[in-house]
Amino acid sequence: MTTEQLHDVRLHVNGSVHEVQVPARRLLSDALRHDCGLTGTHVGCEHGVCGACTVLVDGTPMRSCLMLAVSAVDAEITTVEGLTEDDGTAQGRLSPVQQAFSDCHGLQCGFCTPGFLTTITAGLRETPDPTEDEAREMIAGNLCRCTGYQNIVKSVLRASEIVAERERGEA
Amino acid sequence: MTTKMFGAKVARVEDQRFLRGQGRYVDDLLTDDPRLLHSAVLRSPHAHARIVDIDVSDVLDLEGVIAVWTWDDLTGPMAEPLPLLIPHPTLTHGRTQYALARDEVNYVGEAIAFVVAVDRYVAEDAVSRIRVDYEFLKPVVGIAAARAAANAVHDDVPDNVGARMEQENGDARAAIATAPHTLTLDLDVERSACTPMEGRGTVARWDPDTSRLTVWSSTQTSTGVRGCVAAKLGLDLAKVDVVTPDVGGGFGVKINHPWPEELLVPLAAMTLGRPVKFTEDRREHFISSAHERAQQHHVEVGFDDDGRVLGLNVEFWHDHGAYTPYGLIVPIITSTQLLGPYKPANYRVVFESLYTNTVIVTPYRGAGRPQGCFVMERTMDAISAYLGKDRTEVRATNFIQPDEFPYEHGLVFQDGRELTYDSGDYPASLVKLKELVGWDEFEDFRAEMAAQGRKVGIGLACYVEGTGVGPYEGAHVHIETSGKVKVATGLTTQGQGHQTAFAQIVADTLGVRFEDVEITTGDTRKMPYAVGTFASRAAVMSGSAIHLAALRAKEKALRIAAEALEASEDDLEIADGVVSVRGTDASAGTRIDLGTVAVLSNPLRYAFDEASKAATQFSVGDPGKPPVAEDDEPGLEGKDFYSPPRSTFANGMHAVIVETDPDTAEIKILKYAVVHDCGNLINPMIVEGQIHGGVAQGVGGALYERMAYDESGQLLNASFMDFLMPYATEVPTSIDIDHLETPSPLNPLGIKGAGEAGVIPSAAVFAAAIEDAEGFPIMSMPISPSELFELRLAHADEPHPLTEESA
Ligand code: FES
Ligand code: FES
Repeated sequence: MTTEQLHDVRLHVNGSVHEVQVPARRLLSDALRHDCGLTGTHVGCEHGVCGACTVLVDGTPMRSCLMLAVSAVDAEITTVEGLTEDDGTAQGRLSPVQQAFSDCHGLQCGFCTPGFLTTITAGLRETPDPTEDEAREMIAGNLCRCTGYQNIVKSVLRASEIVAERERGEA
Repeated sequence: MTTKMFGAKVARVEDQRFLRGQGRYVDDLLTDDPRLLHSAVLRSPHAHARIVDIDVSDVLDLEGVIAVWTWDDLTGPMAEPLPLLIPHPTLTHGRTQYALARDEVNYVGEAIAFVVAVDRYVAEDAVSRIRVDYEFLKPVVGIAAARAAANAVHDDVPDNVGARMEQENGDARAAIATAPHTLTLDLDVERSACTPMEGRGTVARWDPDTSRLTVWSSTQTSTGVRGCVAAKLGLDLAKVDVVTPDVGGGFGVKINHPWPEELLVPLAAMTLGRPVKFTEDRREHFISSAHERAQQHHVEVGFDDDGRVLGLNVEFWHDHGAYTPYGLIVPIITSTQLLGPYKPANYRVVFESLYTNTVIVTPYRGAGRPQGCFVMERTMDAISAYLGKDRTEVRATNFIQPDEFPYEHGLVFQDGRELTYDSGDYPASLVKLKELVGWDEFEDFRAEMAAQGRKVGIGLACYVEGTGVGPYEGAHVHIETSGKVKVATGLTTQGQGHQTAFAQIVADTLGVRFEDVEITTGDTRKMPYAVGTFASRAAVMSGSAIHLAALRAKEKALRIAAEALEASEDDLEIADGVVSVRGTDASAGTRIDLGTVAVLSNPLRYAFDEASKAATQFSVGDPGKPPVAEDDEPGLEGKDFYSPPRSTFANGMHAVIVETDPDTAEIKILKYAVVHDCGNLINPMIVEGQIHGGVAQGVGGALYERMAYDESGQLLNASFMDFLMPYATEVPTSIDIDHLETPSPLNPLGIKGAGEAGVIPSAAVFAAAIEDAEGFPIMSMPISPSELFELRLAHADEPHPLTEESA
């Protein structure tokens, strides 16, 4: 059997460069998790429906299970690991969206959470001050089996407040 | 004064790692180990067939493939059927599958061969090269086909009946025969499934240097998996460690064990001398992980003019799929828990548990209770409609009263113990629910809506949930010399916030800072005695065990501190990790840190750090006595177990107001209200989160989710594209929750379980509300808009009772 051809791929993830060698068919989700070791991105369905694998590709939410690693070469990718803000500590400060999830109990098992966090991060950039309906709309493409969503909607609204608070230098 | 943590809405500690992408779910493990191998499973494409031949000759030619197993390659206990985990005397024809199918497959998805390769892509390529010759057998799909028994799932199981079980309290049939009024109802519920966002997963590593096997599994029972792996692989229990790190949701499906992969992965790891991983994909989860819910029920009820139930006779048929590894837990729960908060004067229940050529059935959140609640609550609504009485009134007439606890039903529950309710106040709950949902004002609202051409309906449903089943859980509490408290309990966690809730208990019991407590769950190295996380038992069982273990550690701390401070134990108190003489100020000689007490508890020979320097045999103790007294042991620890006499019974009631679209028959939720009583609340935020999640699953079960099998046993909707789970747009926008706290007398903290409650009344409450809106009976759930539309056509000629009245 012939060896599967491998491609040298440079992935720009969370401000770092990862040089990986992958076959053309390798999903971006698998490359991030298994080749780059960034296991924060989760795979819940592998068919583009659940949103757990959502990452930001040049700032836009993308389902990394529907993208091939070789096609992400020139892009700037942000995963959940890249959401925290640099505050000089090793861990970094939770981003407004992350903090809001903690404040509002927006997660239980945490498996779907990275996909929500990335989706909402991008969503708030577009709609910084969402109404409750807009908040619900923002997350309407992501599945969560644990939380029942009410607290995730609250988290979106709270995140928008935190962004404003931080801009005003309050938090 | 330290703030009390028990009962407070404390933010969850586990969130920090989850939010940063630092959770460790099974598929996240060993990703940087270059020796890690991956596996894939060949699954049966047929629901019922004999395997004539399996040809794997092409598989090993594929580069990157390391090994392949079929049943022929299995030896010893691995070649025997998987265990029947919960045998029951009435399960006369229990059958379990083999880790790899032997000569027959009985459902689409049954494991036939196991391939290990350098990555999952290659393993899947290899699976597709395996050729199997089948001889087709007639599949049995659905309860009707199983009951008709024209074909058999297993040749040696007559009429597809795995079990028949009957229980009776009084003489229900006689009571019905003489009752002033009788009704009969046929009530069906379809199949659904847990479908956690994370599927199943197992990683195993054999360490030749220590001859130990470590298995990481996304399970609800580490100790259960450990026992099974040891037994099947012929290893001493002491050689096997099972660790369950973070789990991405369970809801019941991850309690079944061992899954074939939980044995095949360790077998491969030992055979190949390299770590091996299996991660289930979504389609595999649909066709090879357990389902639940499918049951048909026939009810006969006799009652008086007030609606008081004099006799209730329920017969039902349970579809348990192709095998019965988890015994009869689901139908036993339906048969007992359908009684809810009521006390029919005479009750008889009989069920048959039937084989079908479909995926196995094991408990899914609520576990048989949603069906039981559906049966009982539909019966209550039918009685109310028949008598023309308010639905809440008929329920109130049948309630067990607050002064009747403990209430014995004269039946045996799923744990083999008496079905005896410990506490509750159902009339008080009903008052709260009516208030919360606006029950008495609803007719005004209906009229208002009708004036706008809108159709609305209201429904309510009550349930009682046996939670905290035994046999036991344990805990170990260790206070380190730093003052940090390390706690281990054996049951696992799947997102319920155990690390937070349990730390709250320890903080209060021991008098330490919440931040100083760290909880480990599901690691057999730290607590080898445990049962698992299911049946809303974690808080009751491990919570109580942790409390007891912390008390033991506290006792010892006080004893040692009393000696050090030359005070009486009775005069000491612990707060914020400091033991002090009550009523004294912070001056020297009256206070001592728990960390220092830990130092004193352990006489040392070697001074390896500053703390230990203070504990060497030259610095502590009476030179006239042995450093460790005969009845003592070194270290500041406490260990204890909690084992309840029987389950504790949580309860609650839900009400919903729905609007049904006159044209599209779509069902919209306008208001959802919950009154919930799970005894004392450890963390109301977490409990409410559990209710939210349960309600969402209930909405799914009532309105969307069903396993669409065709008659050949193919699951037609094995993806999230086709199996509809609620998104944010399908659940109630808000849920009004009120708590009632009737503490359980059965455990030291007065708690009852809360994990499943949210999902139990959903089918019943939605059926009631839709029925109320439409004016014709809803007897089968889930209900889709097209089904509601069909029902409208079928009932088109009947007058709408509500329009009649208002006309
Ligand atoms: S894993 Fe990519 S959308 Fe579900
Ligand atoms: S928190 Fe578990 S799936 Fe969303």
